[in-house]
Amino acid sequence: MDIGKNSTLRNFHQAKWDEEVIFELSNPGERGLVVPGVEAGIEEIAGDGISSIPEIMRRKEPPALPEISQMRVLKHFLRISQQNLGADLNVDIGQGTCTMKYSPKINEVLASSKKASDIHPCQDASTVQGALRIMYELDLFLREISGLDRFSLQPSSGSHAILAMASLVRKYHETRGEGDKRDEIITTIFSHPSDAAAAAVKGFKIVTIYYDETGLPDIQSLKKAVSDRTAALFITNPEDTGIYNPRIAEFTELIHRAGGLCGYDQANANGILGITRAKEAGFDMCFFNLHKTFSTPHGCGGPASGALGVTKALVDYLPVPIVEFDGKKYSLNWDLPQTIGKTRSFYGVFPAILKAYAWIMSLGGEGLKEVARVAVLNNNYLLKKITAIKGATSPFKAGKRRIEQVRYSWEELTKETGVDTHEFALRMADFGFHLWSSHHPFLVPQPFTVEPTESYSKEELDEYLDGLRHVAEEARRDPETVKSAPHRSVVHKIDESTFDDPAKWAITWRAYIKKHGPPARRRERRTTS
Amino acid sequence: MGKKPFIHPYIPNSVPEVQKKMLEEIGAKDIEELYEDIPPELRLKRDLNLPEPLLSELELKRHVEEILNKNISCGERVSFLGGGCGRHYVPAICDEITHRSEFLTAYAGEPYEDAGRFQVLFEYESLMAEILDFDVVNVPTFDWGQAASTSVRMAGRITGRKKVLVADTVSPDRLAIIKNYCHPVMSVALVGHQADTGLLDMGDLKAKLSPETAAVYFENPSYLGFIETQGEAISAVARAGGALSLAGVDPLSLGVLKPPSQYGVDIACGDIQGLGNHMYFGGTLGGFIATRDEERFVMEYPSRLFGIAGTSVEGEWGFGDVAYSRTSFDGREKGKEFVGTAAALHGIAAAVYLSLMGPQGLRDLGRHILQKARYAALKLSGLNGVKIRFRSVPFKEFVVDFSGTGKRVAEINERLLEAGLFGGIDLTKEFPELRGCALYSFTEMTAKSDVDKLTETLRSILG
Repeated sequence: MDIGKNSTLRNFHQAKWDEEVIFELSNPGERGLVVPGVEAGIEEIAGDGISSIPEIMRRKEPPALPEISQMRVLKHFLRISQQNLGADLNVDIGQGTCTMKYSPKINEVLASSKKASDIHPCQDASTVQGALRIMYELDLFLREISGLDRFSLQPSSGSHAILAMASLVRKYHETRGEGDKRDEIITTIFSHPSDAAAAAVKGFKIVTIYYDETGLPDIQSLKKAVSDRTAALFITNPEDTGIYNPRIAEFTELIHRAGGLCGYDQANANGILGITRAKEAGFDMCFFNLHKTFSTPHGCGGPASGALGVTKALVDYLPVPIVEFDGKKYSLNWDLPQTIGKTRSFYGVFPAILKAYAWIMSLGGEGLKEVARVAVLNNNYLLKKITAIKGATSPFKAGKRRIEQVRYSWEELTKETGVDTHEFALRMADFGFHLWSSHHPFLVPQPFTVEPTESYSKEELDEYLDGLRHVAEEARRDPETVKSAPHRSVVHKIDESTFDDPAKWAITWRAYIKKHGPPARRRERRTTS
Repeated sequence: MGKKPFIHPYIPNSVPEVQKKMLEEIGAKDIEELYEDIPPELRLKRDLNLPEPLLSELELKRHVEEILNKNISCGERVSFLGGGCGRHYVPAICDEITHRSEFLTAYAGEPYEDAGRFQVLFEYESLMAEILDFDVVNVPTFDWGQAASTSVRMAGRITGRKKVLVADTVSPDRLAIIKNYCHPVMSVALVGHQADTGLLDMGDLKAKLSPETAAVYFENPSYLGFIETQGEAISAVARAGGALSLAGVDPLSLGVLKPPSQYGVDIACGDIQGLGNHMYFGGTLGGFIATRDEERFVMEYPSRLFGIAGTSVEGEWGFGDVAYSRTSFDGREKGKEFVGTAAALHGIAAAVYLSLMGPQGLRDLGRHILQKARYAALKLSGLNGVKIRFRSVPFKEFVVDFSGTGKRVAEINERLLEAGLFGGIDLTKEFPELRGCALYSFTEMTAKSDVDKLTETLRSILG
């Protein structure tokens, strides 16, 4: 691999174990874990248990789970874990919109306490005062950060919070006798796909506003879209482009004047903590992804948490229960007259709530603002450097500042070299980096989205930039190397041809065997190739 | 003199000299200039009013632990609480793997540099498929409530019908989730149960099933704990009416109980919390959905479905998204419902758990739980005025009827708490006809001595 002398790029190679699928490791009779039998004296009274099951409901054939001894199970999953890049290991700034930041280890230690992990949601409130206090105080913190009046910690992700917002919107208009009439939710094309999709689940028609030449949602289109059918506006700001919409208060005012509600998708609020808030921009609702801005780890795609805040007028609609404090005791309040009911069993993703609480306590108000300022500093530093790479551009608002992320384009590079953004990203993997493109549809041609957050040093940002520069230059010099990448990652080009073919796709191991026959053992596979 | 710089261990570039250098490169005089797009009237002109930061890890640890110490964990007492959040043994290797930085802190990389998460979640799907005896399982969603809700909406799309019949012994939490998720696109009606057994009232089902019915949803074991023996008949009635049969099941029961596919169920769902995940105040739920491998089902899943494939190198496994175009990631509001971050890490725990348990472990566990619950039922039913409410066979939970004791459940639970026992969930509010009843849960974590202590304490409370 030809890495330039002045480059900070690593001579990287990802772990590659050529590991089997777990079922291939099975040896009949091996045990990974022994379940204890019942204590003496039980069987005499209660019998063998199994024969108490009515015949019609007894399982006849044991499930065909693999049989593997303990250390081999451990080794298998450790090896697979090594075939995954976590944010702890890479400069994870190429996963734009996802706010990949440091998830402090102390918060994992705190959450590992039995005082957190071994409590049941139906315990008497007197025995979970600590958990309730953490929920209540996180609510207070988020109120201050957003300016809104009350938070529910029940939604289990950002998309889930959007569903909860859409549910609130529907209930709000129904209680005012306008449930049938107000059947449209307006969103923007640069807002997350779930702003449209989760709202549609609640039966709303989705009206999508496109952007004007500055990349901002077109206010003229909004004016045309607003009517007495408008139930709500769900919008992000800044959107995926990282451009802050300075007319946002006009947007919310337009909706309010038409009788609609305004929901602020603040899944990612990392660039504006302590800088600007939902309240001042005129929003009735907002939500924060605790696994993004508030540092709780992403877990390969959850657990997550979408803390949902509302103004006073909407508190009664929140999912139940919410936590109350009377000055002495914390308790659960199930009595919200207009509640939408429940969006999740029990109260929320407690480990995420606890870790977000600890993160805010570590930073305080001044620290949160510093998080935002540095995230924006890092982003504008990258903006300057990336747009200096030949072939990369930042569509819209050339030369202007961005907030926490930028959606860039490789369009010029693709035209020049034939290397597209997907191929580019796979070559980045050879250096231990992710690079993500964009949500669909790809409005910015050959998109890539970078969000540095506050967690990475200037040296690390420079290293990532060297990665981008290297691959861009390589695309000109040796496009085949880029197009055939990855070369130093876990696997080679995946044959995706089966994934859309019902006769061939295999979503489980048993389906694979049914459709393609039992695979040869690894060693045999190799000797036949 | 300016303000003292705020240097935080989590923020490398909080160092003023570094900031200065970066600003020079950017060509800005200060960070404030980078916020030029935010109008002054929208700027927060004061500091956030939050507690002083606890910059030292030690202080932070002390502070949070002091709060957590106000909790009393189930391990410090004896708990009989279940109802959808189960206290089960978590094997050491589950924690080992879910704490790995590579899994814990990853998110959404490609199936190349993030091959691991695709493989482990494919394995999760595959292991779940074996216990459920279905060929398709999704990457986990939020919880059972969401999985049940999506199963209903999938059935609505598959059948083109808009009504769902739900067994009225369903968990009230789940019912509330399903109702909210369906409204106003689909409507939910309840089907009654037999008073003595708790089993679904087949007459009521037949009476309520109509050409508008998309699906019948029941749970097995039910929220009230008993094994529903009429699965085959329920599915047959649904099928005859052109509706789908949906069942929520406890995966931990499937070492001993018949899997739902074998009694005619079209879509199964449930929760994976008990498979290697600690309880966390109900915060570690994860929902699964499973079906046959038929295009009309697969194309209605909103979730990610990870599939296995080959690569350009012979003998190498690769993984990726099956039928991605279904998802809202691809089609926004035209996708099936919505997809996003959910509960992947809990799925990883479940994969490790099922790999360790194997067929024998799962069967032994089912047997243990059945015996424990049966032992407890026999002991408790010997108490004065106490009855086991339903005649049906329980799996791990059952309804204890205290209405004949002259004491309210709340009162009994208060006295139990004083004795160091967390009594069962009070069903008085959740089910009006179960006034004076409580839902008790018994698992492999419940010692015989715990059951004996419960029995003796209740004896002294009830007199």
